[in-house]
Amino acid sequence: MVTTTAIVISLLEPSIDFFGQVSLKEFLFGTAWAPTFTPPEFGVLPIVLATMVTSFWGLLVAIPLGLGAAIYLSEYASPRARKTIKPTLEVLAGVPTVAIGFFALFFMRPVLEDLLPFLPWSGPQAAGVAGLAVGLMIVPIIASLSEDAMSAVPTGLREAAYGLGATKMRVATRVVLPAALSGIVASIVLATSRAVGETMIVLLAAGASPNLTVGFTESVQTMTAFIGQTATGDIATGTVTYYTIFAVGLLLFLMTLILNMISIRLVRRFHEAYD
Amino acid sequence: MAALGPQAERTRLAAAGARSVTRAAILSGQPLKDVIKGRIFYALLLLALGLALLGLAALILDAVIDGRSMLSLDLLTNSASRISPETAGYANAIYGTILLIGGVLVMTVPIGIGSAIYLEEYADRTKWWNRVVELNIQNLAAVPSIVYGILGLAFIVRGPLDLGFILFAGSITLSLLVLPTVIIAAREAIRAVPPSIREGSFALGATRWQTVRRQVLPAAIPGIATGVILAVSRAAGETAPLLLVGAATFVTFDPTVFGDNGYTALPVMIFNNAKQAQPEFHVLAAAGIVVMLAVILLMNSFAIWLRNRYEQRW
Repeated sequence: MVTTTAIVISLLEPSIDFFGQVSLKEFLFGTAWAPTFTPPEFGVLPIVLATMVTSFWGLLVAIPLGLGAAIYLSEYASPRARKTIKPTLEVLAGVPTVAIGFFALFFMRPVLEDLLPFLPWSGPQAAGVAGLAVGLMIVPIIASLSEDAMSAVPTGLREAAYGLGATKMRVATRVVLPAALSGIVASIVLATSRAVGETMIVLLAAGASPNLTVGFTESVQTMTAFIGQTATGDIATGTVTYYTIFAVGLLLFLMTLILNMISIRLVRRFHEAYD
Repeated sequence: MAALGPQAERTRLAAAGARSVTRAAILSGQPLKDVIKGRIFYALLLLALGLALLGLAALILDAVIDGRSMLSLDLLTNSASRISPETAGYANAIYGTILLIGGVLVMTVPIGIGSAIYLEEYADRTKWWNRVVELNIQNLAAVPSIVYGILGLAFIVRGPLDLGFILFAGSITLSLLVLPTVIIAAREAIRAVPPSIREGSFALGATRWQTVRRQVLPAAIPGIATGVILAVSRAAGETAPLLLVGAATFVTFDPTVFGDNGYTALPVMIFNNAKQAQPEFHVLAAAGIVVMLAVILLMNSFAIWLRNRYEQRW
């Protein structure tokens, strides 16, 4: 409880100082982000867009892979296969993100360039590659939580569907999937919140140039990468740049807070339905 | 009987035919289209799972292959160096991580277990403030780690506590980060102890505290341990919040808990090496990743093994 209050205060107070010097309108609707330049620009749109782009690529990979793995584990896998694969996924969910960032920068990036040579590759960093790596990070979250939701669907529902002559695939897609939907959506929302808040992967693999772009191969700076990048440099307390960290942090906190609340609400609803 | 011969023959034929058609319709009589669709669907599911596992396996293999030339005991005993990556190691960084984790354990275990006991055994769940606390903890568990870094920077490094960029500040920040996880895990473990155990204890005249201390806690220890190990392994691999509370400086000596001349941790050092321009540092970073993954994956495996082993005791 104290922590939340402290987070809110620690974010709010410097943010108020920040908005004393930069107008809210300039912050939210400006299209250029260059807080350390002279003259500084404080339009947050480029880094918000960058966060959305990397999260989008991440979800694009992670939703089908995670759901596929979850359906397999819950409906098709033998108890023995499930007993080994699910813990493996859970162990892999603990891979530190700095390792995933390294993998994205030095393995995925060159491999993808060989596979897709027609894309306009430039510098070592690319928004799309970072996004795919973020996807790799959140696959275990979606797979594990969705599998929990699907396993919680009562066997009676499945048996009833088989009794009506449904095929296995139809039972999985038309009965189990809809019945577990709120749990599945909750897992995806939680994974989105993780993707938005992920720092190390995007810091290493997406770069540090705040471009307003949606390109796959372009280097971008996300909100988290900006905070990480700026904080590692030496910045004096009390400067506008110092306060910028908090303003961006506040926006990030609000975005993930909304996502987390949706996820918690959905999980609660799904608990009520079948317990 | 003889007169009935051909008729019986026909009857048997008809019966067999009807039987086999019915059976076929029920057992394997799904239209061919559905059978093919089912097979393709199954293949796609396997492909999804395979790709997910393959991606993560490639990550580990890539680190081992990239870092193999540096993998030796020197890596664990040599100090960090900016000039000669060939002889550099992670001794200071590993030492820093051990100190950080020690601090995390000292702070989160008592607070985490205490909060969990209060919420499960003592709190009145019909009161609104307890529900708010519950929701709050669930939400805190999903706040991005870098936001905890900002909190650490504003409240612990500067602001009210004003500790400066010292290792202890990093320890507090990481503790705040993993505390919700510890509390949630400890609560689950305590909740899994069946009420009959408590009722039995009460019936023998034990007080509430005696029941918690002698019955509930011992039974919940494996579950709590699982949560603590997972939390510690998360803290050991966290980089982002530490960047904000001072672990970014390049350190070539063993850090101390309260020393104000800088500190570092294993993942931060890996990040620093990965950012360098010379490829030798990338080899060093990969070797560091292998060390870090070995420790963290081992801890996670142990925690999950522990959980599965004690899952259905009652």
